[in-house]
Amino acid sequence: MSVIKVEDLHKSFGDLEVLSGIDEEIKQGEVVVVIGPSGSGKSTFLRCLNRLEEITAGKVWIDEEQINSLEVDINKIRQETGMVFQHFNLFPHKNVLENITLAPVKVKGVEPKQAEKIAYDLLDKVGLRDKASSYPQQLSGGQKQRIAIARALAMQPKVMLFDEPTSALDPEMVGDVLEVMKALAEEGMTMVVVTHEMGFAREVGDRVLFMDQGLIVEVGPPEQIFGNPQQERTQEFLAKIL
Amino acid sequence: MIVDKITVLRQAFPYLLQGAGMTIRLTFFAVMIGIAIGTILGLARVSRNKLFKGLAKAYIEFFRGTPLLIQLFLLYYGLPNLGIDIQSHVAAILGLGLNSGAYVGEIVRSGINAIDTGQMEAARSLGMSYPQAMKYVILPQAIKQVVPPLGNEFIALLKDSSLVSVIAVRDLTRQGRLIISRTYESFLIFTAVAALYFVMTFIMTRLVNYAERRLNVGD
Repeated sequence: MSVIKVEDLHKSFGDLEVLSGIDEEIKQGEVVVVIGPSGSGKSTFLRCLNRLEEITAGKVWIDEEQINSLEVDINKIRQETGMVFQHFNLFPHKNVLENITLAPVKVKGVEPKQAEKIAYDLLDKVGLRDKASSYPQQLSGGQKQRIAIARALAMQPKVMLFDEPTSALDPEMVGDVLEVMKALAEEGMTMVVVTHEMGFAREVGDRVLFMDQGLIVEVGPPEQIFGNPQQERTQEFLAKIL
Repeated sequence: MIVDKITVLRQAFPYLLQGAGMTIRLTFFAVMIGIAIGTILGLARVSRNKLFKGLAKAYIEFFRGTPLLIQLFLLYYGLPNLGIDIQSHVAAILGLGLNSGAYVGEIVRSGINAIDTGQMEAARSLGMSYPQAMKYVILPQAIKQVVPPLGNEFIALLKDSSLVSVIAVRDLTRQGRLIISRTYESFLIFTAVAALYFVMTFIMTRLVNYAERRLNVGD
């Protein structure tokens, strides 16, 4: 069963077409890594999956529900699609625990006590229980991103979307964040990850999508994409970055 | 001679204090109206609804583009012409409040715009509605941005409130002029009036600074 289904997705900003017809199906528990040069539309593609970008044309389903139909309650859909951003976007006026419990309490109506329990479990998972009462500005980039992952997980989503989660981190912080993501993948979370971390793509990805100029140029298991790319543009891109 | 002046001042003082009390009350209620209107205008200005946006813009343009004195005349002399009776101090509070709302609206708008768009995106990505994201994430952060310019706005409002003396409100300025009309001590009384305005703005400045420090404790 596919958790995410995308059919002929188009996205334009004014006259500029950024996505020119994307078709894709992502199955339960799959980890899909999206790579490609900057400006290829990979972040926009990801942001269309929870409608942070309005979809210009085409259809997207999350868990069998079409998210760009008029009747859909997008806030409901977003509760099931956690998102992690390049710049973390933690809430600076709230401490770590409040960052994690805010949405479950206010949006889902979870009891505050129960939300805190879930939050502490997640903090254990990302290895930051001792930071519960810290404020975001007291944390390193890597810690912030792990908290951001915990915050998204607190809504118990069915899908996790990662938008270049390690691009804003110092190199020595990247490993910790990737470890958390890897553990999540091993638990069976369905993940779509836009990243430049080719090591992660190779190791954790079930499939790799190579995008260029608003289209998916090549799809395949990491061994194929990295070992034996079929398309010329994929070969050129990988030659530049590897 | 000097003894005369002191006597005049001593007799005038209770009336000036009464006027100062009126000035404080007018400013207080005008500030309340200004904050209420300004918050609504600010939210309307950043909303995606074109109608709300347009109406808020028109309101702000009108109140910033015309003199406060004329706005007060319109309320106090203009409305009775349309069959609506209005008391002078009501006209004064309304005039000051409606006018201040326009400036507060711009302050609130820029306070909200100063918050990184990633904050709204993060809140929405967690499933919060737009109003929830505003209430729990954006506005609590915008308040810090807003307090310093808001303080300046209200200090300006307190000073501008002396304009209401021309629509028969017995504020500090009007009380001073009434005393002068009996004693002819213009220099002395206006100096006393200026001193009282200064004391009020001085205290207000301290209060604003205090509020700023309190809000920055979290940083």
